[in-house]
Amino acid sequence: MNYLKCTLLLGLLLIGNRVSALEFNQVQTTESSVTFGYKQMNVPLEGKFNKFSSQLAFDPSKLVTAQARLDIEVASIDTGSAEGDDAVVGKLWFNAKAFPSASFVSTGLKSLGGNRYEATGKLSIKGKTQDVVAPVTFQSSGSRGIFEGGFTIHRLDYAIGEGEWTDLGTVANDIQIKFHIVVNAAPGKK
Amino acid sequence: MSTSTERYSNTAIALHWLIALLIFVAFPIGWYMSDLQLSPTKLQLFSYHKWLGITVLILAVVRVIWRATHIPPALPDSISRLQQIGSHVVHGFLYVLLFAVPISGWLMSSAKGFKTVLFGVLPLPDLIGKDKELGKLLEVVHQSLNYILLALVVLHIAALIKHRFIDRDDVLTRMLPNWNRK
Repeated sequence: MNYLKCTLLLGLLLIGNRVSALEFNQVQTTESSVTFGYKQMNVPLEGKFNKFSSQLAFDPSKLVTAQARLDIEVASIDTGSAEGDDAVVGKLWFNAKAFPSASFVSTGLKSLGGNRYEATGKLSIKGKTQDVVAPVTFQSSGSRGIFEGGFTIHRLDYAIGEGEWTDLGTVANDIQIKFHIVVNAAPGKK
Repeated sequence: MSTSTERYSNTAIALHWLIALLIFVAFPIGWYMSDLQLSPTKLQLFSYHKWLGITVLILAVVRVIWRATHIPPALPDSISRLQQIGSHVVHGFLYVLLFAVPISGWLMSSAKGFKTVLFGVLPLPDLIGKDKELGKLLEVVHQSLNYILLALVVLHIAALIKHRFIDRDDVLTRMLPNWNRK
């Protein structure tokens, strides 16, 4: 009896270990999205970035080695209005010519229990880098995983909107960034 | 009380002039703002314009309810039958436009993906979903309705000048606030 229990436990552990040995590292860009919400004159608007790339390595059993990097082509922005799109690539906003990409590079990931995590990293936009903390959820079925999370930044911390646009009464400082990253797993390299 | 044949009721007079004032502010803002380059000022003007328009719409509802429940003074007999019909037709169209202009603006806003948040506080429901092509069409509709409104307001004012200085009747005074005899 005792022997049987032990075998069963060992078996479960092995299965568990095999499952957690999966490393999710193949980002499916076409299924993923980076969106943002903002307010102008208190009117809520939604936008997104159409072009970005991401490298990610995540093994639920080895959070210490988790790594994520996201590079966004700022000129691919869709602010929800054509007029806005033309304006925000300009100097006062993203200055896309001088700073064509924005990036997020993870510095750590810690478990908050269950499928919830807290990612920390450095966000660089328009040549300015700030530390950000984002709550993230990870859901997987088989070899397909989905990261979902978001965080709020203050646009003026990155000089997004200079000159007359520093006025926060029209375009608010808070920008809610949301990401939805689909990542497939490859067998872990132990 | 509600059937004065001499003058419009104070409520009707107040609604008339309040709506007129709002339109006289909203119209030039709308005209000016649409050609502006994107700026904080432009975003502010769009919001103010929308708030004014929605206020007109709300007051128009009140006005129609008031009108439906209160008999307005009849036109003097000195005015020909034909002119009376003309007057009713123009007033009828003006009433329709009090609704059609703000509603077309609201629809256009929804189609273009910009929610209307009244006074920056009260989000109004989007009447239709975001649709770029429909947004462009509604912009043309909203502009056209405004030009019709402009033409009718010009006619409305021309008629009052005619009544005041040519016919020398008192159709204008019926709609003026009666400050002296309270």
